[in-house]
Amino acid sequence: MNIIVCIKQVPDTNEVKIDPDKGTLIREGVPSIINPDDKNALEEALRIKDEYEDVRVIALSMGPAQAELALIEAVAMGADEGILLNDKAFAGSDTWATSTALAEAIKNIGEFDIIFCGQQAIDGDTGQVGPQIAEHLNIPQITYVEGLKLEASKVRAKRRLEDGYFIIEAELPLLITATKALNQPRYPSIRGIYEAFKGDRIKVLTAKDLGIEEYKVGLKGSPTRVSRSFTPELKAGDLVMIEGSPKEQAEGLIVKLREARII
Amino acid sequence: MDFTLSKEQEMVRKVMKEFAEKEVKPIAADIDKRGRFPRENVEKMAKYNMLGIPFPVEYGGAGGDDMAYVIAVEEISKVCATTGVILSAHTSLACWPIFTYGTEEQKQNYLIPLARGEKLGAFALTEPNAGTDAAGIQTVAVLDGNNYILNGSKIFITNGGQADIYIVFAKTDKTKGTRGISAFIVEKDRPGFSIGKIEDKMGIRASSTAELIFRDCIIPKENLLGKEGKGFKIAMSTLDGGRIGIAAQALGIGEGALEETIKFIKERQQFGRPLAKFQGLQWMIADMATNLEAARLLVYRAAFNKMKGLPYNKEAAMAKLFAANTAMDVTTKCVQLHGGYGYTKDYPVERMMRDAKITEIYEGTSQVQQMVIAANVLK
Amino acid sequence: MVNSALEEYRGVWVLAEQREGQLLDVSIELLGEGRRIADKLNTQLTAILLGYRVDNLAGDLIKYGADTVIYGVNKLLDTYTTEAYTKVICDLIRGRKPEIILIGATNIGRDLGPRISSRIHTGLTADCTGLDIDLENRRLLQTRPAFGGNLMATIICPNHRPQMATVRPGVFEKAKYDDTRQGNIEKFTPNLKEEDIRARVVEVVKEKGSELKLEEASVIVAGGRGLGGPEGFKLLEELAEKLGGVVGASRAVVDANWIDKSHQVGQTGKTVRPDLYIACGISGAVQHLAGMQNSKYIVAINKDKDAPIFNVAHYGIVGDLYEVLPELIKALDNIDEIMENIK
Repeated sequence: MNIIVCIKQVPDTNEVKIDPDKGTLIREGVPSIINPDDKNALEEALRIKDEYEDVRVIALSMGPAQAELALIEAVAMGADEGILLNDKAFAGSDTWATSTALAEAIKNIGEFDIIFCGQQAIDGDTGQVGPQIAEHLNIPQITYVEGLKLEASKVRAKRRLEDGYFIIEAELPLLITATKALNQPRYPSIRGIYEAFKGDRIKVLTAKDLGIEEYKVGLKGSPTRVSRSFTPELKAGDLVMIEGSPKEQAEGLIVKLREARII
Repeated sequence: MDFTLSKEQEMVRKVMKEFAEKEVKPIAADIDKRGRFPRENVEKMAKYNMLGIPFPVEYGGAGGDDMAYVIAVEEISKVCATTGVILSAHTSLACWPIFTYGTEEQKQNYLIPLARGEKLGAFALTEPNAGTDAAGIQTVAVLDGNNYILNGSKIFITNGGQADIYIVFAKTDKTKGTRGISAFIVEKDRPGFSIGKIEDKMGIRASSTAELIFRDCIIPKENLLGKEGKGFKIAMSTLDGGRIGIAAQALGIGEGALEETIKFIKERQQFGRPLAKFQGLQWMIADMATNLEAARLLVYRAAFNKMKGLPYNKEAAMAKLFAANTAMDVTTKCVQLHGGYGYTKDYPVERMMRDAKITEIYEGTSQVQQMVIAANVLK
Repeated sequence: MVNSALEEYRGVWVLAEQREGQLLDVSIELLGEGRRIADKLNTQLTAILLGYRVDNLAGDLIKYGADTVIYGVNKLLDTYTTEAYTKVICDLIRGRKPEIILIGATNIGRDLGPRISSRIHTGLTADCTGLDIDLENRRLLQTRPAFGGNLMATIICPNHRPQMATVRPGVFEKAKYDDTRQGNIEKFTPNLKEEDIRARVVEVVKEKGSELKLEEASVIVAGGRGLGGPEGFKLLEELAEKLGGVVGASRAVVDANWIDKSHQVGQTGKTVRPDLYIACGISGAVQHLAGMQNSKYIVAINKDKDAPIFNVAHYGIVGDLYEVLPELIKALDNIDEIMENIK
């Protein structure tokens, strides 16, 4: 069985700082991590690998050369190999172009049974690449998955909605997007780290290797453009400070709220 | 001179940091308060090969190196010095002597389960009347057919009562002083071996520090580690490496305290501005950061020498002496910078200050380190 | 796509989302915003409604501002499935060529949108919090948060049509229901077969009651890192219960796993506008503020008097929330007495 896990290397957004004048990201000194939901995706694949024989888990990513480290970390966690799509031609890809490139890479891998993606990435928060890959490959998708059971050639998934959930069944092959509720990702083992850096567990592919026409990917292949970026504006309130002991503060607040007819 | 870590070591740091933040830090205050040994985290460390970092894969280790091990102790100790010493004592003081002096059979039987973390290790040298003067131990081992019979007791044994395998030092020949000492591998379930008093300590409160009692304890002859009479040498060389682990622990404690303090003084306001804006306090921070950096270089240098097969006796002693002093100094100042809050258990710095003190005492007091250094320098 | 081809695309569509015959609020919000955009472009607003026996909703969509409702009826559309909905909507898009499609950024909209955009080969902007029109070239200006809300980006889709966006629920005001509005309802039966649906919904489970409705709550008591740990939320729950509200949280504490993500308020969580928002131990990172600053009244309780949360608050209390909140809970019980005393 072949499982492909799409992972993205992202800046840790909890550490992100923005240049307020330029409205751009200060990337310097911001640690890069595997996108959290993608770790849940990888964990689910590794659990299947732990449970069944002859399961091969391939981690797939598109990004700059340093994204290789994310794939090595995935291998250290237990993936069998990593594939990095790295080419200037891919730069500036929006979700459509990204999903096109990843889908081509998956076709290039050949046989697959399940593709796992994280529900969304913390830098873009779009959650679009997974379903777009599924469409490019003409396979069914189940998104927002928080429970998964593999039964022979079929999966049964619990799919989260705002007001409940669906139980969805589908035959393989298919694409799953994983939420944090799906599992608790493992850490890379120390042995895994040393083994992952050995030999050539990571393959780097270019647009040419995949036989993708350059106009389909990168900025050229992206239907969307960023026309401007800026830091969010804030609305200032007319602040009234309530002083005194905690008791006086609490009662003072209650009085204000009652007078304003809020409570 | 190259100060960069390898990619492997960098990733080990990242993973250890994440593990420390997510698994160790959340329970650190609680296990300190209760004095509860964090068995669950020992098991988690085992799962990720963190209990056998510098040993080869064929012996159950992670196939890593001494630098990665030091980084692991440092990162864990930043959030919990207790967990740091459990890791350090196990790796440096129990796994390492078996790896270095053990027979192939001993490695198969004891190192593999230890390095895999299936079993926890400890090192038993200190006795009521033999601390710094390790040659003065009174525990005896007498050969009787195919067995040694062990009698005596050990105190202040880190991981004591929690460990499965102990490296125990005993006199096999009372007439020969240090050359009459031998090392033994003792499993916890040997008849005649029992655990005595568990110490109630100032710091590293969740680590188990115990008395070991041997009453006609029967040890098979095959469990002699190294040759008879080589025990003192084994103990001293083991402690040389152990000191690097404790130095890394001290470094981590200091770094952890400084991180907490920097966060605090940026938030805490007095006289209408954050503490971090006061120049007098900035000077303290600058000195602490500088001393920690110096300690780090000494610790890494010692680990580097060990990794490269270079002498590290003096380097390890210097690293431990300086890192322990720095940890004590930094944590004391960090409590000071927290003011009244620092003296409460609402903030972790008081725990770090209590934890720091032991690094000046165990695996050779600071005075022992000075003896070792002087002996090297005055050679 | 060449410009002349772009010209063939006209009209604004809203994909109306119904679950068990109930129209979601976000669809009504989209009709309000869609109406504004269609008027600006001087074009028609069309609502797409798919389902089975939801005729009454088709009429409602007109009353909420649609000029036309395209209503696809089929038993296989009763419950949402990616493949059935994608097929029907893509067929409609190819036949009728709208220039803009707005979709609610719900767990269903965010499943459907990318599948459609991928099939049609056009751009899709996720989770928009602001929309506008560049009249010069009829471009939809789609503004959305990125990098966890630390940055806002305006996205355009210059050379592909339709321009598609999913829109965050709660961002726009709901359209007014106008009983007098008239419009076209085009009912049709899409051609669907069971085999078109490979991922089948075999069970639908509702979790009403237990489900937190942050967006609909009139009072939110939210906690941040200042709580010191997950236990602090018990106190917040107690206060929220007294006020008839619900508990919210900052991103930092959700990331720290102190509370479930469903409680998260902010650019990457939920956008809320309750009557009363009490921020406890929340410093007020910009990404959090952006999700709650439109609340009618904001109360900030924080140890740090310089915390940015005070910049958007109406009432501020500098103090230890573990001292203030118990007093607040007590005071709520004695509210009449307290009001009497100040007279």
